[in-house]
Amino acid sequence: MRWIWIDKFLEFESGKRAVALKNVTLAEEHLHDHFPGFPVMPECLIIEAMAQTAGILVGQARNFQEKVILAKIKKAVFYHYVRPGDTITLHAQIESISPEAASTEGEIRRGQELIARISLMFSHIDKNLSGKRFPEENFVFTDTFCSLLDGFVQQESSEGRS
Amino acid sequence: MAISREEIFKKVQDVLVDALGLDEEDVTEEATLMGDLGAESIDFLDIVFRLEKTFNIKVPREELFPAESVLNNPEFVSGGKLTAKGLAELKARMPHTDLSNFAKDPDVNKIADLFTVGAIVNFLDAKLNG
Repeated sequence: MRWIWIDKFLEFESGKRAVALKNVTLAEEHLHDHFPGFPVMPECLIIEAMAQTAGILVGQARNFQEKVILAKIKKAVFYHYVRPGDTITLHAQIESISPEAASTEGEIRRGQELIARISLMFSHIDKNLSGKRFPEENFVFTDTFCSLLDGFVQQESSEGRS
Repeated sequence: MAISREEIFKKVQDVLVDALGLDEEDVTEEATLMGDLGAESIDFLDIVFRLEKTFNIKVPREELFPAESVLNNPEFVSGGKLTAKGLAELKARMPHTDLSNFAKDPDVNKIADLFTVGAIVNFLDAKLNG
């Protein structure tokens, strides 16, 4: 993940579920063309927001030791448009996780309104390369990305200590 | 509680229809997962997760789809074909699959054809009722 497409986490339960928030603004230039006079958030970018939310959830579950790559969109159903000025929340939960992969389920909401249901598969790519090698460093989870979890994962551990 | 082979097939059919986006009639016992049904490697992981959920059992991927680790061992592959040792290993690891045809010409490119819907059903039948 080289770019951040969610604004912050609201809830984070390690290895189980997470809720992230994204504000959608007309300052995002792609909305000017999608579509002229009728700006709506492209569905592929709605999926990206869920992929980041769920991907970080999956990565954190293995302490960011794995390179977590979106491998398959199992399901993506959209019920409403997302428009500039909307705040969407991305609710992701881990359905299954194994040494090689993880599957997640999720809902996207605007307030209480259901916008989309998205189920994804992530690959822990180092375990699925039939012997091929990727670079040592974890290029998926950069520091910028991990900073999204500041105050969540650490907060949990400090609570655990007290 | 015993579950009939037919019920297992029906559930496997549902899993594959969902995982691979197929029509029910495509998923026959003889259909090969990669050749006929278009499954890719990540789909195997998806299928494993779905089978675990559907049947409420653990399905180790290397048990259900053991070819990968056999192919990665240089002792088992030579000149694009499985060696006698490799073939023996594959037989040992895939007791739920009929390898007699494949054994006549154990070309590694044909290994994909061994993964049929029927082989999954046999595997689960042995696991659940064996």
